[in-house]
Amino acid sequence: MTTVEEPKTTTFDDNDQKPVGFGRMLRKEDPRLLRGRGRFTDDVQLPGMLHLAILRSPFAHARVVSVDTSAAEAAPGVKAVVTGETLKGLGLAWMPTLSNDVQAVLATDKVRFQGQEVAFVVAEDRYAARDALELIDVEYEVLDPVIDVRQALAPDAPLIRDDLEGKADNHCFDWETGDADETEAVFARADVVVQQDIVYPRVHPAPMETCGAVADFDAVEGKLKLWSTTQAPHAHRTLYAIVAGLPEHKIQVIAPDIGGGFGNKVPIYPGYVCAIVGSIVTGKPVKWMEDRSENLISTGFARDYIMRGEIAATRDGKILGIRTNVLADHGAFNGTAAPVKYPAGFFGVFTGSYDIEAAYCKMTAVYTNKAPGGVAYACSFRITEAVYLVERIVDCLAAELDMDPAELRLKNFIQPDQFPYTTKTGWVYDSGNYEPTMRLAMDIAGYADLRREQEEKRARGELMGIGISFFTEAVGAGPRKNMDILGLGMADGCELRVHPTGKAVVRLSVKTQGQGHETTFAQIVAEEIGIPPADIEVVHGDTDQTPFGLGTYGSRSTPVSGAAAALVARKVRDKAQLIASAMLEVTVADLDWVKGSFQVKGDPAKAVTIQQIAMRAHGAGDLPEGVEGGLEAQICYNPSNLTYPHGAYICVVDIDPGTAQVKVRRFIAVDDCGTRINPMIIEGQIHGGLTDGVGMALMEMISFDEDGNCLGASLMDYLIPTALEVPDWETGYTVTPSPHHPIGAKGVGESATVGSPPAIVNAVVDALKPYGVRHADMPLTPSRVWDAMRGRATPPI
Amino acid sequence: MQVPAPFEYERATSVDQAIGLLERLGSSARLVAGGHSLLPMMKLRLANFDYLIDINPLHAELGYIRLTGDEVRIGALTRHRELLESDELAAAFPIFRDAERVIADPVVRNRGTLGGSLCQADPSEDLSAVCTTLDASCVIRGPGGSERVVTMEEFHVGPYETAVGDDEMLTEIRLPLRPGGGSAYEKVERRAGDWAVVSAGAAVWLTADGTIADARVGLAAVGPNTTGIPELSAALRGREPAEDLYEQAGAIAARSCDPATDQRGSADYKRHLADELTRRTLRTAVARARS
Ligand SMILES: Cc1cc2nc3c(=O)[nH]c(=O)nc-3n(C[C@H](O)[C@H](O)[C@H](O)COP(=O)(O)OP(=O)(O)OC[C@H]3O[C@@H](n4cnc5c(N)ncnc54)[C@H](O)[C@@H]3O)c2cc1C
Repeated sequence: MTTVEEPKTTTFDDNDQKPVGFGRMLRKEDPRLLRGRGRFTDDVQLPGMLHLAILRSPFAHARVVSVDTSAAEAAPGVKAVVTGETLKGLGLAWMPTLSNDVQAVLATDKVRFQGQEVAFVVAEDRYAARDALELIDVEYEVLDPVIDVRQALAPDAPLIRDDLEGKADNHCFDWETGDADETEAVFARADVVVQQDIVYPRVHPAPMETCGAVADFDAVEGKLKLWSTTQAPHAHRTLYAIVAGLPEHKIQVIAPDIGGGFGNKVPIYPGYVCAIVGSIVTGKPVKWMEDRSENLISTGFARDYIMRGEIAATRDGKILGIRTNVLADHGAFNGTAAPVKYPAGFFGVFTGSYDIEAAYCKMTAVYTNKAPGGVAYACSFRITEAVYLVERIVDCLAAELDMDPAELRLKNFIQPDQFPYTTKTGWVYDSGNYEPTMRLAMDIAGYADLRREQEEKRARGELMGIGISFFTEAVGAGPRKNMDILGLGMADGCELRVHPTGKAVVRLSVKTQGQGHETTFAQIVAEEIGIPPADIEVVHGDTDQTPFGLGTYGSRSTPVSGAAAALVARKVRDKAQLIASAMLEVTVADLDWVKGSFQVKGDPAKAVTIQQIAMRAHGAGDLPEGVEGGLEAQICYNPSNLTYPHGAYICVVDIDPGTAQVKVRRFIAVDDCGTRINPMIIEGQIHGGLTDGVGMALMEMISFDEDGNCLGASLMDYLIPTALEVPDWETGYTVTPSPHHPIGAKGVGESATVGSPPAIVNAVVDALKPYGVRHADMPLTPSRVWDAMRGRATPPI
Repeated sequence: MQVPAPFEYERATSVDQAIGLLERLGSSARLVAGGHSLLPMMKLRLANFDYLIDINPLHAELGYIRLTGDEVRIGALTRHRELLESDELAAAFPIFRDAERVIADPVVRNRGTLGGSLCQADPSEDLSAVCTTLDASCVIRGPGGSERVVTMEEFHVGPYETAVGDDEMLTEIRLPLRPGGGSAYEKVERRAGDWAVVSAGAAVWLTADGTIADARVGLAAVGPNTTGIPELSAALRGREPAEDLYEQAGAIAARSCDPATDQRGSADYKRHLADELTRRTLRTAVARARS
């Protein structure tokens, strides 16, 4: 069922007026964050704490001949200097990545990307640690690097991963999905086939807070306490247990407030392990906070896919098949964070929102001398790349058929009665109703008027473009039957305790990095048990305080942990009903639940509130037969499927024909994320994601020179957009609840980042139609747009 | 957090005291004005100095914009924000406000100074292009109260290199006021607050009958330094302002510059912008001179 609701504009900031459940309310965490009272990793101060700084490789590829630390050790304030050789002795020089590869903690044999960790210093303060780095003398033998991903598999390419037994080339993995023969057959009988090379350049999540950790190892208790910037504290704890050989119950990982993650804070970085080693070696708490350049050059990047897209259709615009060949740059170590059986993440959804007959993808992933990472930056496990591919290639087809791109999409949508819909690559879309979403976006935009305006402007030589993208996401990883990370199933725990006075605490396994969990999850529980959100404390981020679960990324919190929170609240409510029946001396079946209280059927005056029930549950007097005291429950939720939010985005750009500068004039985003818990928070997520999209489409790129020097090592070089580059966002929504999620919610954190880049690029390409342009690669900086106008569009890499 | 190497810090009490310190400490010392160019370099450890002499206490003495009959004098410590907000300056040379609107961001503009901008001598520095366009001269103070005045051409020795010696300080910029003037500035940037891909300033002075008495164009980010383009000025002098004349000027600008391909854009594109922005700023400058 799709309903289009009128947006409500009231925001309740007065506690008495806040909705008990879903609705617009200000975020519970904001008073703390806005007043500067948040507590981030760098705010952690412990008695006797020391500071750690990391020496990084200036070269992309070099043999480490020798490391002399004597001068650094003698420097004032220095407590320890640790090299790869030291770690080797402890069996800690290498660590597993999230993709079953290994990554060097500190280099022993070679450095494989610029910025790789080579040694670290622990000193009394940050300055002394940083100064001592200059005194470490490393002798390198520089090797030829592999920078151009297209050359990585050349027979004479330098070998990067000679640390791996028997490895003779830079091949990382091959992956395929769909049916090659069926697709070939469909292409052979199609009227029209369009092919386009499309590059999604390497970008960086660039969270406002860089990565860091404070490690405090207590040698007497044998207990490690680690504050760190992690989106997945429980998964990290298990990994530390494996890497460091510490018993898991003696490790406490605490993710305090986090200043943005976007996937950047999913992996375990060498710096975290260094901080742990530093604390063990010195017997003191040790803090490591990377600086901005370190964050940009060494931590998880995103994208870096070189794609060839092909689409087959009939002359009248029925899409028959989509085929793609991808070359994926995974950097020096495969540090991709994705479920084990999905080395290309969820790229398999590249068939988009269309009902087609066949699809096939073949991917080759390679190693290069660049920073490791892969799946990061609000990408829903590579759905960003998939959506970009399909939405760009569909526009190329529209151009070829001389058909309106909105019309072409409408003609090919999966229809509402086809859900659940199994795609040709095996994904089961749970629900969707695409046309109303598309039509709403077109209505808000005034699509027909815009096309008229464009025609008039074109006649005057002005460049205006209208770009559309329609996306379906697959979020909420995931069902444990086929999704795990390093053997850890992707189910989420949740625990709810109602205290005697009717206030509650809910403990989550996921962890906010700004998404508003402390509010959204309080609202989910409030909706189910009728306790006001203000009376519900959300505890998260501390492994000693919360049940196990895999963390926040891939838009999974609401689909997985949100379901857990609703179900645990229902469990508590069921128990409350038993107690209420005793209190009111009626059978359970004679009770009605009216949010917040149980009433006797037909006699609403006879009722008990959840607060009264809570006191009774903890109080004196007998409880019904078989009912234990207390009012609490725990659950571990295993989703039966992913959820599939969708959306229709329309972008309007103007381009200055003289300078080739692109101005995003309007952006219309209509999202369908199923049930809407807090519309204000959803809008915040959308606004942020759209801004990300402007960044990627117009300015962001991590590039390298031929020696492998990273050219994006500061925010003056790696540009992220400001308020001046973005328009007033025009948002709308439809509601198609997920049929298998307890409250019908679908997750929305990454929708806008996924959906917006193709809309913007499609708009730019549309504006450049008078120049015969069919494609131009991101980022569409003025210079690159100018090149495209001259028929010289060059791929970024 | 990026942290600089250790250094000693002293606050200046007067221009001569600061110069005295420079004289004594030589090239191991640096003046710090707004610090928005110097401190980032030190934090990235691209530059290390043993001593920093903070001249911000001299703002009362060196932060000013003064109009005399035939000249505008601006103190070296005048901040971007003061240049942006001065109506007097905008009336005399609208190019300043045009430029200041697109230099960096409010945080940088609150602290960064005219003197720091010129002395940094970054080839992309906007105020160097503005001063070149306006044919500024630079007052340099040395030991013992000595003072010399140099042209912008003499001032810029090379990228990041100026005529200011180790024991000298830039104290003032002087801009000649001539009748019938109009000026304008345009910049193409990849994002607000970014350095220029290319920017151009133009100034024209019209005679009573509307012909061009003199005209100058200054470009940023298209070569090692911003310099005036004598051939361009010569081509415009004595002519009637017109579109084909701007086109001709644009072509001269494009061929007179020496841009390099980098992340901000290709050399070809930058050369094209030199042409395009020269034409645009001349057009606006003439319109302003007429009104
Ligand atoms: C984020 C950012 C964006 C920016 N964007 C732009 C831009 O778009 N366009 C632009 O033009 N600029 C830009 N800048 C530079 C900005 O304008 C700086 O303020 C300016 O370059 C330097 O001025 P300052 O007073 O901060 O100099 P400082 O950093 O203090 O000094 C710079 C150099 O000049 C020397 N110096 C300073 N004053 C004197 C003096 N009186 N005599 C002799 N030597 C002196 C110093 O010793 C130092 O070597 C940007 C800077 C930042 C941080």
